[in-house]
Amino acid sequence: MSIGHTLLGLLESGPRHGYDLKRTFDEKFGQDRPLHYGQVYSTMSRLLKNGLVEVDGVESEGGPERKRYAITDAGITDVSQWLAQPEKPEPYLQSTLYTKVVLALLTGRSAADLLDSQRSAHLRMMRILTDRKRKGDLADQLICDHALFHLEADLRWLELTSARLDQLAKVVAP
Amino acid sequence: MIPEGSLLAAHDLRKTYGSTPALDGASFSVHPGEVVAVMGPSGSGKSTLLHCLAGIITPDSGTITYAGRELSAMSDAERSALRRSDFGFVFQFGQLVPELTCVENVALPLRLNGVKRKAAERTALEWMERLEVDDLGTKRPGEVSGGQGQRVAVARALAASPKVIFADEPTGALDSLNGERVMELLTEAARSANVAVVLVTHEARVAAYSDRDVTVRDGRARDMEHAV
Repeated sequence: MSIGHTLLGLLESGPRHGYDLKRTFDEKFGQDRPLHYGQVYSTMSRLLKNGLVEVDGVESEGGPERKRYAITDAGITDVSQWLAQPEKPEPYLQSTLYTKVVLALLTGRSAADLLDSQRSAHLRMMRILTDRKRKGDLADQLICDHALFHLEADLRWLELTSARLDQLAKVVAP
Repeated sequence: MIPEGSLLAAHDLRKTYGSTPALDGASFSVHPGEVVAVMGPSGSGKSTLLHCLAGIITPDSGTITYAGRELSAMSDAERSALRRSDFGFVFQFGQLVPELTCVENVALPLRLNGVKRKAAERTALEWMERLEVDDLGTKRPGEVSGGQGQRVAVARALAASPKVIFADEPTGALDSLNGERVMELLTEAARSANVAVVLVTHEARVAAYSDRDVTVRDGRARDMEHAV
């Protein structure tokens, strides 16, 4: 995810302090990975240097100085361009799972067991996400669904590969 | 070999149709209030396993124990009575009686167990409320959507206070949004009433509503929690 563009986008609704930006980011997009303060301040310095944000005011109120940032016109254009640009679809051609299956077959280990335990691990994660989705709000549901659909796609591949193991073993045999 | 605390357990089930083995040494168990997904490719024997567990078909060999009683030692009449009193069923489609209204459908298992009409329909409506279909009471199955019909079917499966619900691809005919809602309501209602659910599905997203999954492959069941 482009943290710079996301923080810029959050500034479109009005100027904010770095701390406020971090909190909003974590709340809306952080899921289980909150931003580090260092990441926020280094990103804001870069955006400032590139003219995409400007300092709207500095407050200290007895403590350390806190800068309030505002988005510039160039920043708004940058966000628009980013949103209009489709994300590059992931080709998924470099698969560790595929590599493991082939290596298991090449070395005489059980590829079927490998697939079964992977299947089990995937389903366990799907259960955790389903539970979280059930207890969460619409934002939680959407983000969990995104993950669930990807895991489901992996599972379908695991099933298909299980059914084709004999065939694959003949193809990869040394 | 009955796992401790299990409500329904099967050991070394074998069933052959003609020369085709459908079950080849399958074992299975479910605890009260537990939701177990039975997964596996088409033709792997998962529906046969469910039908054996529910006493709908008899295995060629192996044992099935329900609440300490051996299913194969029961007469057909005893097994039918057990199905009416202790088991509930949800299938993919075609399970509601088209001539009856939705509330009459939900009340049907209670009526078959001898409950008077008024009391049966009152209980039926309570379950329909839980399943968010209480406004469909007077409608007939042909007048409701697939998702609504499936919720009515879940309400019916739960109405007679069963101990086990057998669900065979319960969301197979639904779009994913409706399917997920049916699963959410089914598993919530079952868990809160301490009802065990045996859920046959080939969809991982549906199986993710379970507590545990068992995979049937070539007629053998494998508990995935203990996979290598």
